[in-house]
Amino acid sequence: MTFYQIVAEGLFFAFIILVILGSLITIRAKILMQTVLGLAVALLGVAGIYFYLGSMFLTLMQILIYVGAICIVLVFGIMVGYTPTEVAEKAIKDWRNKFLAISSAVTAFLLILACVLKTDWIPAVADDRNFSAAHLGEEFLYTYCLAFELISVILLIAIIGSIILARGGAGGMVTDHRAGKEVAAVQEEKGEVST
Amino acid sequence: MISNHLNSYLILAVFLLIAGIYGLIQHRSFIGMLVSTELILNGAGVNFMAFNRFLAPDPAVGQVITLFIMGIAAAEAAIVVSFILAVFRKYRSIDPDEVKELHG
Repeated sequence: MTFYQIVAEGLFFAFIILVILGSLITIRAKILMQTVLGLAVALLGVAGIYFYLGSMFLTLMQILIYVGAICIVLVFGIMVGYTPTEVAEKAIKDWRNKFLAISSAVTAFLLILACVLKTDWIPAVADDRNFSAAHLGEEFLYTYCLAFELISVILLIAIIGSIILARGGAGGMVTDHRAGKEVAAVQEEKGEVST
Repeated sequence: MISNHLNSYLILAVFLLIAGIYGLIQHRSFIGMLVSTELILNGAGVNFMAFNRFLAPDPAVGQVITLFIMGIAAAEAAIVVSFILAVFRKYRSIDPDEVKELHG
């Protein structure tokens, strides 16, 4: 084992530790902003794992789309819907929820681990496999054209749908059944601003 | 060389999956549940990339599917955040237990 191989193995372990620490922060943090920061750390670790799996292009896409775009959208969501600390701490104190979460997670882990360890995987035979982004783009445009078109249509629908939903439905603002006064006040303010 | 074995990547993907399941059940806010869903989707992506690297004859297949998952996750995050915005306007809360008009 040469020096560079040892360095590569160390970096691999560093990425794995990044993923594990990030997801532990994500599922244990009480403050929502810390949850999203933990997610960003875990996603950076996953980007490093993609690099070890041979795809530089997907590493960059992971950092660009997940860490760059989705985390920003989540931070927007936190800014809009603020959760008080008492509600967040109530989640930790609820023993029934915690018991359900731990039992289902442990069961799923053991079942899938048994499947993974019991199966004999047949490795790929070809040695001249092409991992380059040029080959990927060619496959995207010729063989997997349907996936390419589908993802663009889905993104368009998602953009239009989220704009309509965020505006408050097709008919304008939503009605409030609990705090009617506050929303009416907000609507008045918005009407003044828009006119 | 542990980075050259399929099983290490698969176990990492399983860890991401169970972390997502745990967070999905345990979190007491819509944003927390959305974040846990992203963890589950990433576990699926790692799985696809690992099989693509070690087992697939054509290495473009797994990358195409992983890119597809990323696009789905971006669309899903945008939609769910606007759902949360609408729910917050109507109920003044992002606690999933508060939103129970269809509970019966």
